Amino acid sequence: MAKPSTALRPGLGETSMAHSHAASMGAPAHTAHAAHDENPNLQHHFYSMDQQLEASVLGMWVFLVTEVMFFGGLFMAYIVYRTMYPTAWIESSHELNVYLGGINTAVLIVSSFTMAMAVRSAQTGWRTGQIFNLIGTMILGSTFLVIKYFEYAAKFTHHLVPGPHFQAPAGMEAIGNQMQIFFALYFIMTGIHAAHMVIGIVLMAVILVMAWRGKFGPHYYTPVEVGGLYWHFVDIVWIFLFPLLYLLGFHGGPGA
Amino acid sequence: MSSSHPITPVSTYLITWISLFILTGFTVYVASQDFGALNTPVALTVAVIKATLVVWFFMGLRYNTPLIKVTAVAGFLWLIIMFGITMSDYISRPWLGVPGR
Repeated sequence: MAKPSTALRPGLGETSMAHSHAASMGAPAHTAHAAHDENPNLQHHFYSMDQQLEASVLGMWVFLVTEVMFFGGLFMAYIVYRTMYPTAWIESSHELNVYLGGINTAVLIVSSFTMAMAVRSAQTGWRTGQIFNLIGTMILGSTFLVIKYFEYAAKFTHHLVPGPHFQAPAGMEAIGNQMQIFFALYFIMTGIHAAHMVIGIVLMAVILVMAWRGKFGPHYYTPVEVGGLYWHFVDIVWIFLFPLLYLLGFHGGPGA
Repeated sequence: MSSSHPITPVSTYLITWISLFILTGFTVYVASQDFGALNTPVALTVAVIKATLVVWFFMGLRYNTPLIKVTAVAGFLWLIIMFGITMSDYISRPWLGVPGR
């Protein structure tokens, strides 16, 4: 591959074609060149930091749309089986712990707040704020997973895990198989959600190292912004899982 | 530098956070009462409001360009289309006596 000729690089080439192309993208040629000198974080294929940030945010959103469809398939299965077996759904939901689920909802909402504050601290260049908020987000995410562990452990103790050891609660033997479908979806949906949490915590650790090194400021905070979008998305999935799995059977009284 | 992405005041994030807390408490309380067929619509309405708050303020979609807004909305729009068409099939099968329900 030959080195690109200067004529194709706005700011260096003086041809009218390169200039008009740059101008049509909203960045005059001379400012594009200046931007590269000013900010070492600006990749060579972008005209400005704004354009680079927008491209990253758009890319993350496109990924999140695929995540919406991914979780959407599971929600679709949930809806189909729920319309088929409404009684089994309510009785199974009754076995979930609404209080632990509610606490976890609150934990995730606080973690979304600390995440938003981490992004804001990056935008204002406040390194201490970035570090504390990122660590806070990781601690809250871990708290969620610990509570989730105790919930899962209770399901194993109560023989509610689908499979050969499943035992329908007393009086529910007739709809036991239908309840197994609910619990299969419960474990798949919350399990994949928890896997996303683990990935999110790892991402936060990577971003924390970058924040520690003072990489973020008003001129460059793309990793925090994009990582934050992911974290908030995982929060949104839980916002829908909580009412659909836990609250569905709550009006019959608190669950197990 | 980042004129397209103004910095959100801390108060906005705080109000969003408290609103999400209140809505969570509300949805748990409402779920403890029995409204019959309205149980799920009420719970889902609250969930949609909470998700919208997160997307609009925490994720900062309100400051993003129209292209990103359209992309974000498209995901949820296609999801609703999938739910709608799939359920129109499953719900109408017993009406027609079609086997396989």
